[in-house]
Amino acid sequence: MSAALLYALTGAALFAIGLAGLLLQPHLLRKILAFNILGSGVFLILVGLGQRDGTIDPVPQAMVLTGIVVAIAATALALALARQLLDLTGQMRLPEDRSDAEPVDD
Amino acid sequence: MTPALAFDLLLIAALLWSAARALTTADVFRAVVLFIVFGLLMALAWARLGAPDIALAEAAIGAGLTGALLLDAVGHLRAKQREPEQ
Amino acid sequence: MKAWRTALTALLCAGLALALGAAMLALPGFAVRLPGQVAANLDDSGVAHPVTAVLLNFRGYDTLLEVAVLLLALLGVFALSLHGSGHARPSAPAHPVLQTLARLLAPLMVLVAGYLLWIGAHAPGGAFQAGAVLAAAGVLLRLAGLLPAWAQPGRLLRGGLALGLLVFLAVAAAALAQGSLLQYPLAYAGPLILLVEAGLTLSIGLTLAGLYLASAGWRQ
Repeated sequence: MSAALLYALTGAALFAIGLAGLLLQPHLLRKILAFNILGSGVFLILVGLGQRDGTIDPVPQAMVLTGIVVAIAATALALALARQLLDLTGQMRLPEDRSDAEPVDD
Repeated sequence: MTPALAFDLLLIAALLWSAARALTTADVFRAVVLFIVFGLLMALAWARLGAPDIALAEAAIGAGLTGALLLDAVGHLRAKQREPEQ
Repeated sequence: MKAWRTALTALLCAGLALALGAAMLALPGFAVRLPGQVAANLDDSGVAHPVTAVLLNFRGYDTLLEVAVLLLALLGVFALSLHGSGHARPSAPAHPVLQTLARLLAPLMVLVAGYLLWIGAHAPGGAFQAGAVLAAAGVLLRLAGLLPAWAQPGRLLRGGLALGLLVFLAVAAAALAQGSLLQYPLAYAGPLILLVEAGLTLSIGLTLAGLYLASAGWRQ
């Protein structure tokens, strides 16, 4: 097994960890972290699988480079939305995850 | 086991550990710090995969700028929690 | 009920990871050899570094659309911060050591960004890394309290934000006269890519810094 394939398998594990965090964590900041970890897993799979025979492949590398920049743009937008929600409701949770806490009204 | 393989396995273990801890630790600030650690480890992984371009970008963007954004959000969250209603 | 659902979700995610891993191990060999094709056409791309060749030439569409996405995300952040409580609070004066450090580091970072942009043609580096370093300089200056938050970007700043996309679009459209979109004429491929990358560096740097500056300046 090549090292690249090993990293691709790690990517699959990271994808699963990120997905579980995205689904299970009610806190929006953690959901954003989980989304980023999920994305990193996808990037590792993309590059790792492309290089599984040991030769370096610039095509997936270039695509991942684009992906990283898009990921930070998405993260910044998500953080701005979460911040807006915090300013409006006083909480960083989605309404359906708020069953255990009383809503804060101004 | 060759040294390279040992390093890969160690790095992979550290990646999985920091990712899992970043999502499960109770304190949000600590979670963000662990995520920055995860980003730096990812940069190492890219270097191991022969992708110095991505390693550079990941270290600057994934760990640096995302970390700054997240820490700022944590600061905002804490300031908000300290004075809940004005 | 809740613990049961959590356990089920975790189990399903673990199963997904195992299925993904099994699928990866069972993959057949490559049908198309991309690295070979890139190497074969590298001489026609105008640059000597394969990743830059893919980014700016072979798969220029991706990069073009990506810059547009980046700009849209920034517009979204701006819209939210304007809609929010608005006025930027002046940040507390930073420690003088941090201020001095930022004053010393910022010009060096601009220099590094220029180096990364130039070296991208034949070694690891390029517009994205250079833009990221520029943005980091902006964030550092902001943290040292030397840069105001962007409550309302002025006309010049807006021009800088759009410059990369506009230059890229202009080059792509000019290549249209030659035949197809983003197909650079062979003789000018190198200089054209450098031109596009220079515009992209400035815009990516400003946009990434703006993503931080727009939200960091927005406090109640």
